[in-house]
Amino acid sequence: MPEARVQAEVFDPGAELNRFSEAQSDMGAIVSFSGIVRDVTGGLDRLEIEHYPGMTERAISAIVDEAVTRWLLGDALVIHRFGPIAVGAPIMMVATAAPHRVDAFAAADFLMDYLKSRAPFWKKEVTREGAAWVAAKDADEDALKRW
Amino acid sequence: MKLDVLYFAWLRERIGLGREQIETDAATVAELVAELRAREDRYDLAFSDMASVRVAIDQDLTDLSASIEGAREIAFFPPMTGG
Repeated sequence: MPEARVQAEVFDPGAELNRFSEAQSDMGAIVSFSGIVRDVTGGLDRLEIEHYPGMTERAISAIVDEAVTRWLLGDALVIHRFGPIAVGAPIMMVATAAPHRVDAFAAADFLMDYLKSRAPFWKKEVTREGAAWVAAKDADEDALKRW
Repeated sequence: MKLDVLYFAWLRERIGLGREQIETDAATVAELVAELRAREDRYDLAFSDMASVRVAIDQDLTDLSASIEGAREIAFFPPMTGG
């Protein structure tokens, strides 16, 4: 059963991946992606992620459902955090399990593209100088056209 | 018609609140936005660049021309930046 979690709490991507993998008995391929807060400029203190409770869960479920209809998937996991997130900490992860790797890779890539631009999360970067909302990139919107 | 209107991210900050209940006769999202902009400067400023505003009706993404008939909850927010 696909699982989607929206949470403030920190999580351990490795432990989550192990738990996800152990639950699969007939899937030959497991792909995972973890998104980590990166400090590109050297001044980032933390990210603050706002979301739209209710719509977030609906949107993620719809995205996962779409992935399940497009690829031969045995299972999927999505975890996405909100609230303050420290540099170096995980923001989100996706994992997919499929009989074959092509489906597992493609579905994980699709999930990431859609989570970026169609799940109602907004990132704010907090630095020593102040805070600023992260602008959406045209490239992220364009990435959806691949699918 | 009574509606819950929600604002997120910089729209919430510019307007100064995250949620309010409003009474409106607007037929579409665009009409609702025009009504809000006419209210006060902070709304006018928040909605001054509609190319960077997205809208959801009852938690489903839609567009400005959408009808709001029967809607309970309308949310305005910038393009999403998850992942």
